Amino acid sequence: MLRLLSALLLLLATLPATAAEEGGRVPLPVIDSGTAEQCVEPVEFMRRNHMELILHQRDETVHRGIRTKQQSLRNCINCHAVDAAGQPVSLDDPQHFCVSCHRYAAVKIDCFQCHSGTPEEGVPGVVGAGAWSRGLAMESAR
Amino acid sequence: MSEQPIDRYRRRLLGGAVAAGTLTLAPGVFLHRIAAAKTDAEPVTSIVRWGLLVDTGKCSDCTACVDACREEHGWHGHDRPRSDAQWIRKVELRDRSTGRRVSLPMMCQHCAEPPCVDVCPTGASFKRADGIVLVDKHICIGCRYCMMACPYKARSFVHEDLTDQKPHSPRGKGTVESCTLCVHRVDAGQQPACVEACAQDGGGALLFGDLNDPRSAIHQALATFPSTQVRADLGLDLGVRYRGL
Repeated sequence: MLRLLSALLLLLATLPATAAEEGGRVPLPVIDSGTAEQCVEPVEFMRRNHMELILHQRDETVHRGIRTKQQSLRNCINCHAVDAAGQPVSLDDPQHFCVSCHRYAAVKIDCFQCHSGTPEEGVPGVVGAGAWSRGLAMESAR
Repeated sequence: MSEQPIDRYRRRLLGGAVAAGTLTLAPGVFLHRIAAAKTDAEPVTSIVRWGLLVDTGKCSDCTACVDACREEHGWHGHDRPRSDAQWIRKVELRDRSTGRRVSLPMMCQHCAEPPCVDVCPTGASFKRADGIVLVDKHICIGCRYCMMACPYKARSFVHEDLTDQKPHSPRGKGTVESCTLCVHRVDAGQQPACVEACAQDGGGALLFGDLNDPRSAIHQALATFPSTQVRADLGLDLGVRYRGL
């Protein structure tokens, strides 16, 4: 009896581990950031607050013409929407960085009804910096 | 309503002061603001006012500007001319008595006092500090009041689901859109796509620049030659001007 009970306990103890290894009943999101290094904020911060950063940047860009790259949706996509080999991943693919996590969290976003969800062609990571600089210049009169 | 003339006058007065853009520091020393220079991190300012001059004398029957715009922003239609998006179109005018024909591109005129902004119930339709009139599609509810208010029929409504939009030009079903004066290019120090295409494949009829900068080519052309604002009687102070109408 004791032997049977201990065998059952052992089986129960190993079950969750094997389930997690094989993916289990709940499909976990694929969080492969594409690039290994941190680009904006620590991962924990980004998981909870990325939407705030994107929302802020959205208004700054549309209304005030501020086009810094780091927190732009375009730049997120350029770096993250790629697989391990660096190939672009489309929105239809459940492996897509945004899609996989939002699907897991049951969050329905409408960003990609208008915005492109795949990286720009020939742009690995960060887009080139802007060309212009505004300034004041001293000029003496004739 | 009675305040409007005063407002206009004040605006013109202030606009004139900004347009000069010169401060006297000491006798003989001036501080000039250099226009057309902005980093990514800086907001746009009203020191600059972007404008476009169309020389109808150089504009032929070609559609280089329209094709370039369509390619740049990806507003390929569904062969349904009555409902397809149209950011820029070619218009032909004919004088009935003389038979003189003039061809010209017509698009958002980037009014200084845009009726589309006046009627927008959500604030989606707005004018940037540098004079470019835009739709914030995040806020647009698709009511289309602005389309009715626009005297130039410049705006379109997106009726169908879209895929494969251009990364620099997000477009989506249920929102209104129009010429952005290629704001993404202007912010990066480039010319609008139509202007580039007209210079390359057309007659070089389009001149883009800062209306406020006395040294800009467009300012000098406007100061030298007569030009027209379409429906100038409406008093909207347009950013797009025509020569030879």
